Amino acid sequence: MLAIQDLAFWVLSVVAIVAALGVVLVRDLFRAALLLAVVFIAVAGFFVLLSAEFLAVVQVLIYVGAISVLFIFGIMLTRNVREGNLPNHLQIPAVLFPALLLVGMVIAAVATDWRPIPEAATDMVELAQTQSVTVLTEGALESGGFDSSQAREEARQSGLADLLIGRYVLPFEAVSLLLLAALIGGLALARSRGS
Amino acid sequence: MSCQLAADNVLYANGLYRLVYDLVGTILPCWLSYVIAGLVMIFVLVNAVLLGAAVITWAERRLLGRFQNRVGPNRWGPFGLFQPLADLLKLLTKEDLTPDGADKPVFALVPILMVAPLVMMTAVIPFAENTSLAALNVGVLYILAVSSITSIAIFMAGWSSNNRYAMFGAARSVAVLISYEVPVVLSLLGVVMVAASMSLGSIVEAQVLPFFLVQPLAFFVFMAGMSAELNRSPFDVAEAESEIIAGYHTEYSGVKFALIQAAEFGGVGVVSAIAATLFLGGWSGPWSEYLGWLWFLIKTGAIVFLFIWFRATYPRLRIDQIMAVSWKFLLPLSLVNLAAVTLEVFLLRGPEGVLTTGDLGIMAVINVVVTVVAIWVFGNLIRDRVKFQARQPSDVVVPGVTTIEVH
Repeated sequence: MLAIQDLAFWVLSVVAIVAALGVVLVRDLFRAALLLAVVFIAVAGFFVLLSAEFLAVVQVLIYVGAISVLFIFGIMLTRNVREGNLPNHLQIPAVLFPALLLVGMVIAAVATDWRPIPEAATDMVELAQTQSVTVLTEGALESGGFDSSQAREEARQSGLADLLIGRYVLPFEAVSLLLLAALIGGLALARSRGS
Repeated sequence: MSCQLAADNVLYANGLYRLVYDLVGTILPCWLSYVIAGLVMIFVLVNAVLLGAAVITWAERRLLGRFQNRVGPNRWGPFGLFQPLADLLKLLTKEDLTPDGADKPVFALVPILMVAPLVMMTAVIPFAENTSLAALNVGVLYILAVSSITSIAIFMAGWSSNNRYAMFGAARSVAVLISYEVPVVLSLLGVVMVAASMSLGSIVEAQVLPFFLVQPLAFFVFMAGMSAELNRSPFDVAEAESEIIAGYHTEYSGVKFALIQAAEFGGVGVVSAIAATLFLGGWSGPWSEYLGWLWFLIKTGAIVFLFIWFRATYPRLRIDQIMAVSWKFLLPLSLVNLAAVTLEVFLLRGPEGVLTTGDLGIMAVINVVVTVVAIWVFGNLIRDRVKFQARQPSDVVVPGVTTIEVH
């Protein structure tokens, strides 16, 4: 079983890297956007391999279903896109900034103290991932294998949903408000220019 | 050599998968039998979708014939049952054209990308107890995520055809898709909340009382939204017969067109199966241990019939009306449903956080009233707007088309 997971990892890696290169190198903007969607799907595949199905599904839902579609809409409404992506003079910054970003991410990945989750906590993490939309009820926790009331209380606190609408409710609502403001702002800008 | 499938594997719950896995596992290495059993299941699901599409084309043409007081195709086979085969043969023998100046690889990929999400969606549908291929515990989200790939396929079709009309058709179709996704997702949220789970299996088990009774409003929004997402009448303006040209698949012919049609009708089948699972109780029914698949098929068939009935009954909407229905009618309705269900779940659930059958009954009674009132109120609001607002041609904003100025 392990062999298959390794194989899947390598296939996904090759697909992700080739598609990512394609995004940068392909001249046709539309194809670049499609390849970007392929990269997103491959990343979702990695999440599945890490048994984070919830993240994988949300990745596809948001990045492929929403963001890629937004890009493609943008491309379609752009004039003269058929002639392709014109070259410009930003090659050097375009190399520098991603390189810096890459170095930063590698340092972060190496410096992080990765610890495997203890056996007892894996159930909890899985439960938090899968039940995140619904509030972790007593019944759901009991069927999830949390026998003592103390374990249930702990699991409840690790629930993503409980965290979002409990401890982090203010930042969460602030982000929602920001998005709404951006939406209305975009609409206002587009309207005033049109008529 | 015998292979053991780990009990925590998502595929473990599927009886057919385990049967094939154990059979093949006796002669072949484990990893190979893992793959082979998966391929067998994929073969079954692909054929289920395509055969379902064939049966639905036949049923739709026959039933539309009945609705319109004519006979419908009845020449080949009993009741014209072999008509889909004849259609298929006709399409296969036609020339497979690729237009000049088309983006060829993208153009060729589209039919595959139209069918693939449908087949992927069937992976989480429980056809009977313990028969979904993968008992994912994020099943509802998975279905939504996979179905969102279709909009990219439609864009690809419109863009790669190198045809202005295909492009407009694609822009309209995708605009409809993303507009109707919002109310559909919000209506499903109510279902998830009452079932306290996103796994389709648990949602079926939670339906002691079918959810179309508990949340009629969510069922209404889901069915309306899905008819729009499937590009079906009364929301089929993007590819309707009365339109100047057939929409995003204008340039497709031969096998590719056959696949796109199969995706369209297969989509009806898959969505009906999902609706039957989420709202009609899926495989549950008397003797569901043995007859679960039959209940599932009957319920799916009922929903398919409902879709065909819609198509035969309602006149087609204009594209701006389609948008108005989504944003001004279905979205408020889904929000009303969400608010009502949230309050009811909050007030009714016991200390263990579980809803009893009695609670569901109370919810059903309240929600039927809420549904009638909400549809009446918002129906009146939207009707007034359509009736009294003198429409200028310049008001009609069609995605992909710049505003038409009339002087």
